[in-house]
Amino acid sequence: MSFDVGYTTADGRTIGGVLMEMKNITLRFGGVTAIKNISLDIREGEIRAIIGPNGAGKTSMLNVINGFYHPQEGEIIFRGEHRKRMRPYQAAKQGISRTFQNVALFSGMTTLDNIMAGRQLKMHKNFLWQMLRYGPALNEEIEHRRKVEEIIDFLEIQAIRKTPVGSLPYGLQKRVELARALAAEPSLLLLDEPMAGMNVEEKEDMSRFILDVNDEFGTTIALIEHDMGVVMDLADRVVVLDYGKKIADGTPNEVQKNQDVIDAYLGVA
Amino acid sequence: MFYREAGQYKTSYKADSAIFPILQDRIAIWFYLAVAFIAVPLFGSEFFINSMMIPFLIFSLAAIGLNILTGYTGQISLGSGAFMGVGAYSTYKLVTIFPDMNVILAILLSGFFAAFIGMIFGLPSLRIKGFYLVVTTLAAQFFLEWAFIRIPWLYNYNDSGAIEVPNRRVFDIVVSGSEASATTRYLVVLSIVVGLTWVASNLIHGRIGRSWMMIRDMDIAAELIGVRPLVAKLSVFAVSSFYCGVAGAMMVFLWLGAAEVESFDVNQSFLILFMVILGGLGSLIGSFMGAGFIWMLPIVIRAIPKILGLDINASTVEHINFMIVGALILVFLIVEPHGLARIWAIAKQKLRVWPFPY
Amino acid sequence: MDFLYSLFVGPFVDMFSTPDFLLQVLWEGFVTGTLYSLIALGFVLIFKASGVFNFAQGIMVVFSALTLVGLYQAGVPAYLALLLAVGVMALLAIGVERLVLRHMVNQPDIILFMATIGLSYFLIGLGEFIFGGETKSMITEQLGLPTGSTTFAPFGGVLILQHIDIAAVVIAAVLVAGLAFFFSKTRIGRALRAVADDHQAALSVGISLNQIWAIVWFAAGIVALATGIMWGARSDVSFALQIVALKALPVLILGGFTSIPGAIVGGLIIGFGEKLFEVYWGGLLGGGVEGWFAYVIALIFLLFRPQGLFGDKIIERV
Repeated sequence: MSFDVGYTTADGRTIGGVLMEMKNITLRFGGVTAIKNISLDIREGEIRAIIGPNGAGKTSMLNVINGFYHPQEGEIIFRGEHRKRMRPYQAAKQGISRTFQNVALFSGMTTLDNIMAGRQLKMHKNFLWQMLRYGPALNEEIEHRRKVEEIIDFLEIQAIRKTPVGSLPYGLQKRVELARALAAEPSLLLLDEPMAGMNVEEKEDMSRFILDVNDEFGTTIALIEHDMGVVMDLADRVVVLDYGKKIADGTPNEVQKNQDVIDAYLGVA
Repeated sequence: MFYREAGQYKTSYKADSAIFPILQDRIAIWFYLAVAFIAVPLFGSEFFINSMMIPFLIFSLAAIGLNILTGYTGQISLGSGAFMGVGAYSTYKLVTIFPDMNVILAILLSGFFAAFIGMIFGLPSLRIKGFYLVVTTLAAQFFLEWAFIRIPWLYNYNDSGAIEVPNRRVFDIVVSGSEASATTRYLVVLSIVVGLTWVASNLIHGRIGRSWMMIRDMDIAAELIGVRPLVAKLSVFAVSSFYCGVAGAMMVFLWLGAAEVESFDVNQSFLILFMVILGGLGSLIGSFMGAGFIWMLPIVIRAIPKILGLDINASTVEHINFMIVGALILVFLIVEPHGLARIWAIAKQKLRVWPFPY
Repeated sequence: MDFLYSLFVGPFVDMFSTPDFLLQVLWEGFVTGTLYSLIALGFVLIFKASGVFNFAQGIMVVFSALTLVGLYQAGVPAYLALLLAVGVMALLAIGVERLVLRHMVNQPDIILFMATIGLSYFLIGLGEFIFGGETKSMITEQLGLPTGSTTFAPFGGVLILQHIDIAAVVIAAVLVAGLAFFFSKTRIGRALRAVADDHQAALSVGISLNQIWAIVWFAAGIVALATGIMWGARSDVSFALQIVALKALPVLILGGFTSIPGAIVGGLIIGFGEKLFEVYWGGLLGGGVEGWFAYVIALIFLLFRPQGLFGDKIIERV
């Protein structure tokens, strides 16, 4: 499917133009090629899933998107701008935020502080004001606290506000991590296996949150997930990777019927 | 029973984000400040003020400096002694080049010199972490020690190689040098330490402090969220060295009166690290507790045999002190890695629920 | 101009005009380098097996030497004292494993590192408490180590080799060869390499971590004792040596934390480098540059090759 100005999804949402386009990306570590000549686009407002067997290069793909790895070949165009080699914090500045496969919370800090940390880039008061914690710096802190409380309400984690995140159960940690990513008010949200290790109930909660985020804030989401049921329900378009190559790209239904995909998952006899 | 927060409802985020949200804590802080500013100068003996309170406060400030770096940002340093030296030597140069300069101003300015040197030696932290950083901070320690000996300009070509503190007045009161009274020096030290502790607390509870803790807990995630490692790491090295520098300057100018390079050697760095570990990594109150503990311990060890009527010579006391400190470090790291501050917090929690713990 | 000359030309002119002196300097560098390598070696042993960055290795060198000399001074015959010192190092290894390491499994590396700083303070206090704080001389002759010197005349000049230095180099070589054999050919050696690779996996095939740790700390203790004897024979035995022992850290940066060949090569580079730098360039800077040369080299090295000479490049993952 190739549209120049978006499309309408099965559930009637309108998807906009291309937000991020990756052209012919190749990433190598020494002799190992993690990603081979992959092109894909992510459109404004859609939920884009990246799937594939273990070691297919999914996480590497996210790492390329937010500037943690630098591909040897290919180009990335984000919001119509060619992106040069950039550091992760610059990607964050452009509005890309993410969660991690293995929860990467700041374990020594409370839930509240973790989410406040997500607003790092929105706070600007300088060192001198920070030293005095008075006037503008204090007002800024309070104002952002209010925003953070909205996210806490949204994700229903009021009760653990002042708990150090290290002592939280896994499912809640994943939720706090999502809250932290949301706190940055991203235009592109990357979720790396948001439901790994969760039970059915937690998965349902998380799916609801992801749909709500997309719906209420209009956030574009790219997610990696192994649970096919979840992917088929959530995603508007799915890209399938195997051994660092793209083997299929399309709507969930199209991908499901693709022979290459079936071979990759079941093995070729 | 008395330490209760029941009934203290917060109705604004401002109240809830305050540094001491509980009323009793606020009262306690004001009480301690009153004791320190009023009762100690009035009733404290010369020995108590000069040999206990002043060094306790100065080491607390140095421990806060190292705690900001190690406890809050996770960058371990064995160079704090040398950074204290930078503060002391630059104060000395300032007051001898500009004899009319306010000595308190000179002490605070010297912090900026220490901050600058600290940033230079903090540069490698951008590429390396953990143990590797220990080696680069040792490089700072030994290089600076060498500089304090081999660059005679730093100590004005004195034959002794030591820096000696001239008598200097601020508003007609002798603040530094042999003529300054212990009480005056104590009040100056106390004001500086309280002021800088307040600033440190503000920094830590705001955006900048959070960016430091993010680097500590998970540096990769911090960068992916938008923390610039360059800014966060260099700022923490600067702030930490500033604190150490001011502490070193006060140590010479408001306490010892003269100093040689031995005052800033690697053992000093170790002692400050121990204060931070025993007090509690990542705790400002802990920095005070650790400094107090490490400073008072040898005094207590010296006093005990005297009370018991035993005769133990000075070097044995020192050896026993080494053993106790070393063993305590091990015990604390095994049993309570968050140090005295955590024990204090647990005690407060117990007090909060007493007498009905369930 | 003069300065540039004395920086880039003068030292080399000096080197080639008095080649015998250059040889002497290189020999000194070689011997100190060997001793740095030995300290670093003890360090690598522990780091490989337990992931502990053992700051106390340098202190263990002094502590073991102090024990040996202290026992001798208390009237124990030299060889028996040596045996007892080995016994003390074994006790220390078991003690460290039982009282410290066992309780600190799964703690962050940095906490373990700080614990070894605590351990070194404890050992300093203990050593001085038992044996006194004053400087002692090593019982070189009593242990049957050579003390004389031989003079050579290369290039028509003078080159003096102390026999104890030659012995130090030989003993170091034997020690390294012995350890290499131990780790590659024996059952315990294999178990140790398994532990070094992956703690959990080693546990799952029935290797006792606690036993391995005690053995490794003991091996490091033996290396420390050998280093202590050699070093004590060259200078004196006192805790002032710990400052010198700290130079094992830059050696490790050069060689990498896990490589035995790295420790040896790193030690030699630092040994040669600092002697040459001190003798030929030190004067320019007012002397005493030996104190920081190793660290500054390590610092510069870190900026370009953080994984060390023999380490693998680290790929960070999230």
